[in-house]
Amino acid sequence: MATAEEVAKAAERRDVRDRWLLSAPALLVILLAATGPLLIVVVYSFLAPGAYGDVKWQFSSDAWTSVFLERDIFDDTLSLAAAHVTIFWRSIKLAGVTTLATLALGFPTAYFMATRSEKTRDLWLFLITIPFWTNLLIRTFAVLQIIRNEGIINTILLKLGIVSAPVQILYTDTAILIGMAYVYLPLMVLPIYASMEKLDFRLVEAGYDLYATRFRVLWRIIFPLVKPGVIAGSILVFIPALGAYVTPSILGGGKNMMLSNLIELQFGQGRNWPLGSALSITVMIIVMVALLAYVRNASKSGVRHG
Amino acid sequence: MNLRLFAATAALALTAATGFARAEGELNIYTWGNYTSPEVIKKFEDKYQVKVTITDYDSNETALAKVRQGGSGFDIAVPSQTHLPIWIKEGLLLETNPGGMENAKNISPDWANPEFDPGRKYSVPWAWGTVGIVVNTNTYKGDINTWGLVFNTPDELKGKINVVPEMKDVMTAAIRYVGGEQCTADKEVLKKVRDLLVAAKPNWIAMEYSAIDKMKAGDFQASTTWNGAGLRIRLARPEVHFAYPKEGFTYWSDNVVVLKDAKNVENAKLFQNFIMDPEIAAQLSAYHRYANGIAGSEKFMPADMRDAPEIIIPEASKPHGTMAMMCAAETDAIYTKIWTELQK
Repeated sequence: MATAEEVAKAAERRDVRDRWLLSAPALLVILLAATGPLLIVVVYSFLAPGAYGDVKWQFSSDAWTSVFLERDIFDDTLSLAAAHVTIFWRSIKLAGVTTLATLALGFPTAYFMATRSEKTRDLWLFLITIPFWTNLLIRTFAVLQIIRNEGIINTILLKLGIVSAPVQILYTDTAILIGMAYVYLPLMVLPIYASMEKLDFRLVEAGYDLYATRFRVLWRIIFPLVKPGVIAGSILVFIPALGAYVTPSILGGGKNMMLSNLIELQFGQGRNWPLGSALSITVMIIVMVALLAYVRNASKSGVRHG
Repeated sequence: MNLRLFAATAALALTAATGFARAEGELNIYTWGNYTSPEVIKKFEDKYQVKVTITDYDSNETALAKVRQGGSGFDIAVPSQTHLPIWIKEGLLLETNPGGMENAKNISPDWANPEFDPGRKYSVPWAWGTVGIVVNTNTYKGDINTWGLVFNTPDELKGKINVVPEMKDVMTAAIRYVGGEQCTADKEVLKKVRDLLVAAKPNWIAMEYSAIDKMKAGDFQASTTWNGAGLRIRLARPEVHFAYPKEGFTYWSDNVVVLKDAKNVENAKLFQNFIMDPEIAAQLSAYHRYANGIAGSEKFMPADMRDAPEIIIPEASKPHGTMAMMCAAETDAIYTKIWTELQK
């Protein structure tokens, strides 16, 4: 006869098995949906380009070589693919600057929201989410209407006589940054606010009681406690900003390629799908490495005053 | 593009989902966005009791890639002359022989036997046009019929000219400007082209497609563009003129073809014949704002198009035009490299 312990063990085993069986369909779908397309991209990156788009089913490492190295079209020498490096760096820089800009704007905003009364907080939260109701493209076009030469800002400046000719904001790096910061700001504010809301403000009071300066309170008490929110927000902004396509094209004028434009070129007019695939995977690897480094770094320095 | 691609995919998914209910009396058209007159579609639907569904694409590459996969569910597509020979060569099209259709007699002699579809065995003319430059003549008073505006920008237009990022068009224009022929693989010429483009770019304000809106709003004072866009801009801003660069401008032509795996072949053929009617062709033109290649449609054209210099090419400029063609894959690979270097 089975002892009570054995019965319990068997029940537990059955329980575990049932859980796996029940979740298997969902897991399978996720696994296939997530890895299937990715595998196709990986396979394509090792094939030869077809003459008019598509791929030829023969192995070739040319795509990967040309991600990093290029053969000069005129003197046939092999060198580092300077154009690719420039474009990668531009995108990474833009994503970084966007993250910093949204952090600089988002942190005080979240602090402001968290320090309102319970009732008004919901209103502020609601206001922050309003931009999400419309499509990214429409929000970007709204910014365009504001900063263009015959747009709102320039019309007002001209009418007031502050400037005599329209200020060229559209198609500059400033325009891209304004657009990116506007579009991605909610993604930064929301996670920081979520951490900030849970912050015990008695700790802040205690800090002041112990004669800490405002800056010291911010840096040694508030910041360490909301750090998970800051990390989450930074990740949420950085990753999509790296692949940003619409905003830089519309506000920057498309003179300088971003990563996403470079990839699109290969699938469109460039008709080199393997190179496009290889570039896409390179971006994924960069994001993954950056994330791992960031998260490890962030968790190592950890919360010291929790 | 991602968004448009998404929209196209969603539309495709919808088409596929409703595909089960496909009965007789349907026609699925796969064409460029904002290109098809709803009135003409309505007329066709009423005349033949056919339900027409239109799905948009935004580039020849997208269209070719999707149709090539098979099972697209489309009956009709409208590829450009550069890509049409590929569609034919890859066996994607049904030989409907429009040249023998009732209304084929209306095809203008210039378009009756084109190089991209000899004898009109597959395709029917939809629209044709030119690639040139629009210039605000209040801003720039000099001769506008030259690619020099783009590649050697005069002071008045510096920082005010846009270049539409069609790789093929820009490369061809630059090659012509340095004295080469389109699709050249001559390294000497291409080196000059690369240097010319790289030196010219700082004078451009942008490289984007929305020339119509930006010219109307005054964000651009000049831009490379298609002639129909030139017409639309001039109607809003009369001081903007369309230029035919003397170094050589290009013609293009979009044509209606029937896919080999079309489910509604008879309706597709009816449609091909239908749009060769001069009155219908004129209505199509009134909507997409390009010429159509159907003789006799002139008298049905809207008044603002009948003698528009964007549509009726001036005699003096005619000898400078050539039909754009597809280059060899290796040549295009070189162009892509130059293009990447230009936009890096």
